[in-house]
Amino acid sequence: MLESLVDATGLTKRFGSFTAVSGIDFHVQPGEAFGMLGPNGAGKSSTMRMIGCVSPVTEGHLRILGMDPAVDGPAIRARIGSVPQEDTLDTEMSVWDNMVTYGRYFGISHALIRERADELLRFFQLIDRRDDKVDPLSGGMKRRLTVARALINQPEMVLLDEPTTGLDPQARHLLWERLYQLKRSGVTLVLTTHYMDEAEQLCDRLVIMDRGRIVAEGSPRELIDRHATREVVELRFASTEEQERSVPLLEPGSPRVESLTDRVLVYTSDGEAALGLLAEHALQPTSVLVRRSSLEDVFLLLTGRQLEE
Amino acid sequence: MIAMGGARLLVERNVRAYRRQWFVFASGFAEPLLYLLSIGIGVGELVGRIPGPGGELVTYREFVAPGMLAAAAMNGAILDTTFNFFVKLKYQGVYDAMLATPLRPFDIAAGEVSWSLLRGAAYSAAFLVAMLLFGLVHSWWAVLVVPAAVLIGFAFAGAGLGATTYMRSWTDFDLVSAALVPMFLFSGTFFPLSRYPGWFEWVVKATPLYQGVALERALVFGALDWTTPLHAAYLIALGLVGVRIASRRLATLLTA
Repeated sequence: MLESLVDATGLTKRFGSFTAVSGIDFHVQPGEAFGMLGPNGAGKSSTMRMIGCVSPVTEGHLRILGMDPAVDGPAIRARIGSVPQEDTLDTEMSVWDNMVTYGRYFGISHALIRERADELLRFFQLIDRRDDKVDPLSGGMKRRLTVARALINQPEMVLLDEPTTGLDPQARHLLWERLYQLKRSGVTLVLTTHYMDEAEQLCDRLVIMDRGRIVAEGSPRELIDRHATREVVELRFASTEEQERSVPLLEPGSPRVESLTDRVLVYTSDGEAALGLLAEHALQPTSVLVRRSSLEDVFLLLTGRQLEE
Repeated sequence: MIAMGGARLLVERNVRAYRRQWFVFASGFAEPLLYLLSIGIGVGELVGRIPGPGGELVTYREFVAPGMLAAAAMNGAILDTTFNFFVKLKYQGVYDAMLATPLRPFDIAAGEVSWSLLRGAAYSAAFLVAMLLFGLVHSWWAVLVVPAAVLIGFAFAGAGLGATTYMRSWTDFDLVSAALVPMFLFSGTFFPLSRYPGWFEWVVKATPLYQGVALERALVFGALDWTTPLHAAYLIALGLVGVRIASRRLATLLTA
């Protein structure tokens, strides 16, 4: 087996008395797309910053590309690409100069930068804007430029902290497509997200984080199989009374029934069978949706429905 | 030399950023010249001869020109390392981006100071040419005027950078003006220290701008003595302390 690119054991990050990351273990293998999924404040960004060698480890063991970030920070950063949550583009410069300047920070020659920058701007559909300043670019373009810039040193691993947060659907899909191509070309991706579809689309393997801990780990499919059921039935009723009456009827046939204020969720292997139970008692929901369970179900089951802030 | 390599890349970045703002860069040449024309020549006509650094009587414009040069070196360094530095640090994320690359906090501190020095050297060289044209230079020691201005720039760039890393908001910049304006007015720039009561003379002598003014004036008039190297040493020490504080603070601020 190849050596893992990221090797974390008991990794902990504290800010004063606040523990952002609480002793997590994970490993990232070469060539995979590894995701960290979690609500705001789960410790994803703190973990990313430690991997990016821009935030010292408080406690625990962390090796990146086999090196210790506390000692070899610059050497590690030379071989990874980093896309932080907030764009840090140089707003005093053009798109092209951003690429050149960033490449120069790695000590890459001008000739090589020109070659790579041209290729990367084409790949990310930014070549037409090469002489424009950064500020007037759309959110999606700025994001793509940040990713393009992070690839100028041909990194073995790219860290993406919420790469598509705040982008419109077209912009997201374009970026996903490019990231997917990147992964296929052999680049290891490590990304954080709170979008389930993003995790499902891009990640081979992911961890779900909550309050500084890893609460589950696996491929999207494994997580769904392990923590959810094959199908989810969403039911809405005309009255609360009807909704309350339905819950005990549904429970025998399904491992989990969740009664929310506006609807009932039935986690089941067979949605139609669950609906049959209601029909037997002449209960008629006003709306019925039988769907495949998604990562979102896993996520909500594991991290709860409360908004954490 | 690996250490300076990172600083050089930051200087390169600043050159690239200023290419689009060459007029901002160019305005730095005008400021000390305007002072020289208005105060040195304008006000100078109203003032008689005053004692120069060697004790001999000199014209007011001769007296004030090295002071202007030192003050310009101070102002340039402060502008780059307080206001401009703060914007890059807090708002533009320029340094966050750098620290995602092999560059380190020390490279940033050393780079910004180097940039400020290069800029200051260009301005003071131009000013020296103006002084020559006005006939205000009297000694071959004046070839050291530009290196001395670089030392003044180094002292204030280091101090400015160090202080800015402690600033929380724009209101803190009032403190910068509160320190600079009195220094500009009273550090022997416009009139000799002999005008002050004895104790205040010592207060003034403790300020970095006085050290710079005294150094420049000694070189322009060729009136060097044993205090001259001390002025230079003071400026170097202040700059080194400032850079050290700044690179430590940057590490704390940017890599929490």
